[in-house]
Parts: sequence; C-alpha cells; structure tokens
Amino acid sequence: MTVFLHFDRDKCKGCELCVSVCPRHILALDMSGTNEKGYHPATVTDPSKCIACASCAKICPDSVISIEKE
Amino acid sequence: MTTVYRKTKGLQDRDLHYCPGCGHGIVHKLVAECMEELGLIDSAILVCPVGCSVFAGNYFACDCIEAIHGRAPAVATAIKRTHPDQLVVTYQGDGDLASIGAAEIVHAAMRGEKFTTVFINNAIYGMTGGQMAPTTLLGQRATTAPLGRKKELHGSPMRVCELLASQEGLAYAERVCVADIPHLNQAKKAIKKAFELQLAGVGFTFVEVLSACPTNWGMSPVEANKWLMENMAAYYPLGVIKEAQAK
Repeated sequence: MTVFLHFDRDKCKGCELCVSVCPRHILALDMSGTNEKGYHPATVTDPSKCIACASCAKICPDSVISIEKE
Repeated sequence: MTTVYRKTKGLQDRDLHYCPGCGHGIVHKLVAECMEELGLIDSAILVCPVGCSVFAGNYFACDCIEAIHGRAPAVATAIKRTHPDQLVVTYQGDGDLASIGAAEIVHAAMRGEKFTTVFINNAIYGMTGGQMAPTTLLGQRATTAPLGRKKELHGSPMRVCELLASQEGLAYAERVCVADIPHLNQAKKAIKKAFELQLAGVGFTFVEVLSACPTNWGMSPVEANKWLMENMAAYYPLGVIKEAQAK
C-alpha cells in the first residue's frame, strides 16, 4: 500500500493538532519556511510509514490534509 | 487509487477565519460531513449565531441565515414550522446560547421544536476578547474575571444539557468533545443521530460540543485540548444526557 498525503500548504495555520494525533509520529511543522499566511505549515517527514488512518485529516480544523492510497 | 479522506462537499472551498487550532473548524467539518452523508446539503438550512462563528454562512455549502444575538432558536422555529420536511440546524456558541439566548433555547426545548441545535461550549467569549461566559469554569481566568471565576461572586458554570433535559420537549441531548480522535468520532455520531432523530420528528435535539479556544485560554492548541479533557470534561460529563423513547 502506498499512501499519498497532500497538504494544502497555504491553508495551514500551524496549530500542530495533526502532529499531536499521528500514531506513527511522522508529521512535523516545516521550520524551513512559511506559507502565505505566515505560519510554518505541517508536513510529513516519512510518508512510507503512513498507515492512512486519517487521524490528522479528521482533526485538522482547516481541512488542509487529503489522503489517497493505492 | 482510492480516496481515504477529502474535504467534505458540505463546506465551501474557502479559508476559515478562525484562530489556529480552534474547535469551530473541526465542528464545522463534522456538521457538514453529516449533512453530506445524509444527502442533505441541498435541502438543509443552517441558522448562524453571533460570536466567532458569525461567518459560518460563508463556509457551509447549504442554505444559511444569520440570526440576531442568541435568537437562532426563534428563527429556526419559524423555518422548521414552515419547512417541516427539511433539516434545520442552529449552530451556536456559549455566549450566544447560554447567555443572551438562554430564554430562546429553553423555550425551544419546552415547545419541543423539531430542529437540532449544535452548541459549541468553549467556556469563554471568543470574538469579543475572552470575557467570562456562563460556562466559564470556577477558577478559570477571563478578561472580566482576571483572578478567576468565583462561585460566591459569579455562580457556578451552567450545564446547559442538564438544564434543557428537564424540559419534556427535548428528545435527545448528548455532550461530546473534539479534543482527540475517539471523542471526535463520537461527536460525529452524535450529530448524525440528532439529525436523523430530527428527520424522524421526535422533538428537539441538542448536541453540546466541548471545544477548545486556545487564543483566549492562552495556551497552544495541543495544551488547550489537554486542559479541556482534564478540566472541562470533568465538570461537564460527556455522554448521552437524555434520550426520549420513540413514540
């Protein structure tokens, strides 16, 4: 199974709720830059470990994350 | 390729104005997802409150109407009585519902109006800058209670579900929260059940959602959710508060 996590980078407000609920601890804020809102947006550090549980997407208040798998 | 999760069609493709980590965004999604799953986006009517969620009508894909402060249940009463076959929902915060709108919500429950209220309880006034609400916890600081809420001065926090449960017209009341994934899943089930009961015409249905206000609580969103589970969920018991038997 390959999981594709898509982050709508410029919608993210960097609240880190997704980071806090990820059971595989593979989400983090991208401290290398900011999005157009001025936040450090969430990103995935190791997509190969993702189990497509969608916890991050469910708790995201701004619907930043969409998930597909094949 | 299969889609595991995508943004619900019940919400428009617009950025929300809420602060980072605000529970409103999560509850908006849950309400919209329930409407989508029940196939009601085109027929549902949402009554928006005054408060942080005053612009909810800009985000939902269903028809929305704005009520004056606290009067969403009165507006929803008129809509539901004239459109009895359509889903009618009020979305209200604690300042709107438990303070200025206390009379409207109690009387809607008394009359057993057949709409659903989704009540967001974040224990504070958000939009106006963190003043004390009727639901602010004892000891919790607010801009109008800088030393914390005191029982002898301000009374005890209002448990709205229990208050409304005393009214015979209330068919279903459940208190949920969106602080973590298991509770969030339960919150969605409760909202969906309230919608289904409304469509079955059993009476007034009410879902209280405990939700974080990181900005006015002065915490990070993750800390705020932890504080919610430790403090708010202790005072406001989660679960079904009332469920009337079907006639």
